[in-house]
Amino acid sequence: MDLIATILVDGLIYAGWLFIVSVGLTLVFGVLNILNIAHGSLYAIGAYASASLVGAYFAAGGEAFPFGSYLALILAAVLVAVVLGPLLERGLLRYFYGRDEVLNVLVTYAVFLILEDVMKLIWGVNPYFVYEPYTLLGDVEIGPLFYVGYDFAVIAAAIIVGLAVWLTLNRTQVGKVVLAVIHDAEISQTMGVNVKRIYLGAFMAGAFLAALGGALTAPMISVTPGLGVNVIIVAFAVVIIGGLGSVPGAAIGALMVGISRAASVHLVPEAELFIIYFVMAIVLMFRPEGLFAKTQARKI
Amino acid sequence: MIKKHITGALGAALLAGGLAGPAAAQDDTFKIGVITFLSGQAAESFGVPAWNGGKLLVDMLNEGGKLPAPYDTKGFGGMNIEVVVIDEAGGATKQVQEFRNLVQREEVDAVVGYVSSGNCLAVPPVADELKAFTILYDCGTPRVFEDGAFEYVFRTAAHATMDNVSLARYLKSRDFDVPSFAGLNQDYAWGQDSWADFTGAMKQLYPDAEVKTALFPKFGAGQYGTEISALLRERPALVHSSNWGGDLQGFLIQATARGLHKRSQVVLAAGDHVIPQLGNKMPDGIFLGARGVNGLAANARGGELKELTDTLWMAYEDEYDTFPVQAPFRMWQALLGLKTAVEKAMADNGGKKPTDEELAAAMKGLSWDAPSGRIEMMLADGHQAIQPNAIGTTKWNEETGKMELVDVEYYAARCVNPPAGIKSADWLAQGFPGAECD
Repeated sequence: MDLIATILVDGLIYAGWLFIVSVGLTLVFGVLNILNIAHGSLYAIGAYASASLVGAYFAAGGEAFPFGSYLALILAAVLVAVVLGPLLERGLLRYFYGRDEVLNVLVTYAVFLILEDVMKLIWGVNPYFVYEPYTLLGDVEIGPLFYVGYDFAVIAAAIIVGLAVWLTLNRTQVGKVVLAVIHDAEISQTMGVNVKRIYLGAFMAGAFLAALGGALTAPMISVTPGLGVNVIIVAFAVVIIGGLGSVPGAAIGALMVGISRAASVHLVPEAELFIIYFVMAIVLMFRPEGLFAKTQARKI
Repeated sequence: MIKKHITGALGAALLAGGLAGPAAAQDDTFKIGVITFLSGQAAESFGVPAWNGGKLLVDMLNEGGKLPAPYDTKGFGGMNIEVVVIDEAGGATKQVQEFRNLVQREEVDAVVGYVSSGNCLAVPPVADELKAFTILYDCGTPRVFEDGAFEYVFRTAAHATMDNVSLARYLKSRDFDVPSFAGLNQDYAWGQDSWADFTGAMKQLYPDAEVKTALFPKFGAGQYGTEISALLRERPALVHSSNWGGDLQGFLIQATARGLHKRSQVVLAAGDHVIPQLGNKMPDGIFLGARGVNGLAANARGGELKELTDTLWMAYEDEYDTFPVQAPFRMWQALLGLKTAVEKAMADNGGKKPTDEELAAAMKGLSWDAPSGRIEMMLADGHQAIQPNAIGTTKWNEETGKMELVDVEYYAARCVNPPAGIKSADWLAQGFPGAECD
């Protein structure tokens, strides 16, 4: 297979995974104006929850219909969003709305650390494995290389997630209300919008997307403590490239990171880590707000 | 009334703990500070299994008569063994502080610890400053004693050069054709050093082999799809990896699903510890080492040490329902070495509990038997161990439902470790001068 095609396929697979993780982060920032460091923990909890649920599914005789394990993956992400979303947003974050952004970063960082320990208390330090969903979709032969069908399912999931978020925001009444809240929460409230509910919904959606990223990753890795640390760093790079709060920006950012990283691994493997942050630095040199963020006048 | 009770309880607690100060060292107890990962990524692979094994050994020694001679005597020279276990997570700065606490406040008689090479490099200068007898039981970096000299610090496990020299020798002894090879190793000191050792050894044994690519994904990367594509495209005859823990498990799951092991021979420098978790997901035909004659290789060895090895193996299986991999073996060789040194020092000082100086003198150049073979403190003026090593090939046994190691080859310590007075990198570059192979 041509090298360029290999780089594109590898880049797309990585970008698909990265987009699912990043779009939730950018959504929460866009609506709540909170840079949620605990997004990495929600990703890791999604991975653990899916490992537990898929394991329980097969233990309960799921071999008869193994494809049902994909539903278990999605259900795990829903559970994380339903349980932790309200707990974090209503129980903690709402007390910090309108406060300094740095304070919110510190608060979510504290949540991140707490959740890291909570995961150890619940799941221990031993790894969890759920290989079955990873191999169910067979192989895909592209040129001389074999890919796992599951990798392309993750790309498909990313496209579905991207379209769903974009269409919800831009083509539905709920989306218009959310955009109004993003534009000005106070005016929206005076117009009768239940801003609290919008904040809660947006945070739960962000938590679902983080957990979905973890749930879809779980079948291809061993789920161990510390899973969320690396993810949150690279997800930040993606949303900063695309512009904080921009869904198309997260997509473009994920593609830029995915493809540049793949090119580096194939051509200059020593620069694999460097290239992600090099791309970010170049973008920020010319677009300090990121590629898709709107320049905003500072409110006085 | 309630206040009085509280005041009384507080007073008693203060007298028993804080005001009374640290318990004075007693001559009928030998107190060890054990530092190993109880949390973080190295806990599941190394730290926890190591201490699981260590705890079994301490209990057996304290009971006495549970181990074959010469380890059938109670405790250390009759002294009861007491252990304080500290989590190694948190970085070198924290570990230096923990070390000071163990020595100065807990007043331990010896420290046994450190999986992380970073901690192994940070602690020895402090150990010498405090004149505290210290055993490094696990870490692999050769730099500890090749770049420094310490009076009170000893490492009871061979350094990592042995692992990769053994792999290269295994390939050669099996006439494995290696026109080209590639590597995927973690991007930190361990991965970089392992790859340098492996390429150094291959340069001597396979001078014409071409290095196709050297990949260094970051530690904890998790996703290796792009790296696996690169390895599949390059089609090397062999892929080397020193990955460990979750990184190795993730790499093997993804690489196996894409058939990398069918296109290239996969060789793992330290891969035995993921077998209990992966089971039959670990493909057949992988060449792997266990950083010593540890785990499955020790169990398959037999010979004079079979009784000692079986003692560890059976006790571990009974207690934890899984077999011991490399880390418990290294903990056993450290604690059995410490027992040998304590008893040697007591024989020399008339049976008193040895001081740090007496312990250091007894440990220097010592040799003793462990389940992993004969351990000899031969390098770095008697402070650094060499030990035998083994490499084998994975094969799943359908009947027993267990992974086995077949075609195991055992290497004498002097065959795969550099001799005294030469640095590992120089030894490799000069073509293994002084190596004594059968």
